[in-house]
Amino acid sequence: MIDISTARLQSTRAAAFGPASTIGAALPFLLLLVIGVTVPLFAGGYWGLIATRACVYWVLVSGLNLVVGFAGQIAIGWVALLTLGAYTTSVLVAGNVTPPFPPYVALAVAGVVGAIFGVIIGLPALRLRTFYFAITTLGFATIVTQVALAWQSVTGGGVGVPGPILPEPFSSAWGFYYFCFGLAAICTWMTANVAASRFGRALTAIRDAEVAAQACGIAKPALLVTVFLFSGALAAVAGGLFAVLQSYITPDAFTFDLSLLFFIAILIGGRGSVLGPLLGTILLTFLPEFAAPLVAWSTFLYAVLLLVIVLAVPGGIAEMLDFRNRRPLESNRAIVPRPDLLGRVLDANPDAGTLTLEQVTVSFGGVRAIDGLDLAIRPRQVHGLIGPNGSGKTTVLNVISGYYAPQAGAANLNGVALPAGARHNRAHRRIARTFQTPRLIGAASVLHNVMIGGTIHGRGSFVEVLLSLPRHRRDEAALHEQAMLALTTVGLEQLAPVRADRLPHSELRFVEIARALMLRPAFLLLDEPAAGLSPEEVRRLGALIVAIAQQGAGVLLVEHHADLIFDICDHVTVLNLGRILAAGTPTEIRSHPEVVNAYLGR
Amino acid sequence: MVASIVSYGLGIGCIYALIGITYNVMFSASRVFSFTAGTLGMLGGVLGSLFITRLGMPVAAGFVLTLAACALLGVLTEIVAVRPVLKSLEQHLYVLSTLALALMIQQFTAIEWSTEPQPFPRLLGIARGGFDQQFWLPMLACVVVIVGLELLYRHTLVGRAFLAISEDSYAARALGLPERTLRMASFALAGVIGALAGFAGGEMLLAFFANAPTLTFYGFVPVALGGMGNNRGAVVAGLLLGLFQQAANFLVGGIFASVAVFSMFIIVLLVRPEGLAGAAGERRV
Repeated sequence: MIDISTARLQSTRAAAFGPASTIGAALPFLLLLVIGVTVPLFAGGYWGLIATRACVYWVLVSGLNLVVGFAGQIAIGWVALLTLGAYTTSVLVAGNVTPPFPPYVALAVAGVVGAIFGVIIGLPALRLRTFYFAITTLGFATIVTQVALAWQSVTGGGVGVPGPILPEPFSSAWGFYYFCFGLAAICTWMTANVAASRFGRALTAIRDAEVAAQACGIAKPALLVTVFLFSGALAAVAGGLFAVLQSYITPDAFTFDLSLLFFIAILIGGRGSVLGPLLGTILLTFLPEFAAPLVAWSTFLYAVLLLVIVLAVPGGIAEMLDFRNRRPLESNRAIVPRPDLLGRVLDANPDAGTLTLEQVTVSFGGVRAIDGLDLAIRPRQVHGLIGPNGSGKTTVLNVISGYYAPQAGAANLNGVALPAGARHNRAHRRIARTFQTPRLIGAASVLHNVMIGGTIHGRGSFVEVLLSLPRHRRDEAALHEQAMLALTTVGLEQLAPVRADRLPHSELRFVEIARALMLRPAFLLLDEPAAGLSPEEVRRLGALIVAIAQQGAGVLLVEHHADLIFDICDHVTVLNLGRILAAGTPTEIRSHPEVVNAYLGR
Repeated sequence: MVASIVSYGLGIGCIYALIGITYNVMFSASRVFSFTAGTLGMLGGVLGSLFITRLGMPVAAGFVLTLAACALLGVLTEIVAVRPVLKSLEQHLYVLSTLALALMIQQFTAIEWSTEPQPFPRLLGIARGGFDQQFWLPMLACVVVIVGLELLYRHTLVGRAFLAISEDSYAARALGLPERTLRMASFALAGVIGALAGFAGGEMLLAFFANAPTLTFYGFVPVALGGMGNNRGAVVAGLLLGLFQQAANFLVGGIFASVAVFSMFIIVLLVRPEGLAGAAGERRV
């Protein structure tokens, strides 16, 4: 039995991510690598200059791509970090403040300064809404230029400072080109590693499904700070290279137009892609060279381009190149879960004790959503929670997951109170949940969505991910295998490579369950998992939930579907207006006069 | 010196407050913050200078034409950059679409008007000096806008419809309110207020395309500090910002005044993201 299923897993894995598709994905990068290396053979000196500029820009854009394209933070003032890096490098090499630094050391110092300022610019993103963050980056860009202009003793003010010159063999134009090209290639490789790692997936989760990301244990602040450090460092190093390229820098060189170019390159390329923004950067760097009469209008045209992309092709180049997801899906699919595989998905005996709510009260304004509620979720049991709309069912779930802080009482795990508000901590206590409306990343594949559920099991650090070191590769292999297993368990392994937003609602519900299983949960909270399913699917879902409880997990099932509740629950609580109307075994509830009157009907 | 700090500070503070109100009027109608707020202020100055100084029109005619042009631009913003992305509000595409439109207008102005600051005409033929018109005109404009908005929102049917839309647009639509028309009207109104800010403050700011990003940033500070959609908060915060900025200007010099304002803005927002006067909203899960 096990042998058969393993064989089946491997075959689907090959179908989803076979060697052919890996080569297919790397092919455009290899092509660009070959073109990049051979540029001096077929292009004159002027084109070399433009190609060098494209490489310098890409060093910045590749880092910014993680902030904008992956994390979805609208950082429009990133030119500020380029400015900072350019001045730091030039001033240190020129030695008009300190003893002169060797150029490479100055570049490294610029990287450190850039990392620090990347976090400073990024900090508001941790707490503020999108527009606020966009405005603060805009303000920062304005101010850095003003300081560069005013701080004459260091920056030379409007007169400027000479840029550094790299020592041999990189002092010639082509030598410097190869230096920048090499760095750009390394940046491509590193950001592609991040993009394909649990960090990259977690960033897109923050962008598209922040609530679900928290429920999977992803801590937004730590993740974003890491990315801002990296992105700031790359931007400042790019600034140092920019100063070398310009050979003389003044504040005029760092216009807001540049910031716009970086930003639009990413959007043209497509969010959540590395290749797309790379092509976007090349396109935007070379385009003005072919349209010389329009140079004065270039910013205007970038703005027009931005508007057109936002309104017409929000997916950018990456979506246009995504041929695989345009093939039609098989139309008569059935979801056939394999509860027999659960033994390999979940831990054998995850006895984590009992999850209890004690005298919990939550009110919104004057409305008491739940009012002095007691509830206990025990391992190996399915606990049903039913009640009319507005009776407080989802509120109970949100108290346990930390979204609402109760005014009185607390949610306890083995008598220890779960801290209110620390949402991502729930995953570390192995409490997983699904949502009333599935919260998935539409643009990511089903497999990646499921892998997000196992984010906290990853061990490799960000640096290990950047360099694709063995521990990270082991993480990825394990996560991949676990996710395929979870998908097979819920019956969706055939859909692993498909974009999640192409699936119908019923399948998304099972994807969410697979994602929750990745946590190897001790407690599983399901919010109306049967809504929108066909009767046959509801029956299969019921069998799956029972099997999950048999593995040792405690399940809290919030449902309207009375038959499902009575079929599979060990214990049922009926809520009405935030209070318990009745609690007991399904048989007791079925014959409870008030429940029958108020809720079930005769 | 104190007198000069106060008069400059209050004058420029009123301009910031008016741009803040421009943001708020658009936000109330659509839940969208638009990057065009500062652009409208910039155009108030540029168009005023164009009509009156360059084309030699009477002040009153130039004034009306400037406001009308910006009202039209407000409606255009709604149609081009706001309406198409309202469906997916949670994706924040409006940040990009309004940024794109604002940059298009700004660049067009830079190329077709001038990249250098141009003089703005004196609006009233009275002698310069003392507490000059360049300081009290923005204050007058601010008072007129505040009183006008109060009267509109509290005492007219259209104004109450605006409020209904901003409180709950679904419910308002269910009651049969023409949401789309009201939203366009709000954007036209925002255009008028933004233009008024730039026009009344024309002598202080001059007719300069680069006022657009400056006003976009400094005009948003009162919104962020005063609480979103809160016009009174925006006025108080705008005046404080103007005074703070001018005081810092005199005490530590212009550049470091910007740094001071920016740092203050970031620190206040990190400590109180909902603004000094705003209340934290619950998020629905």
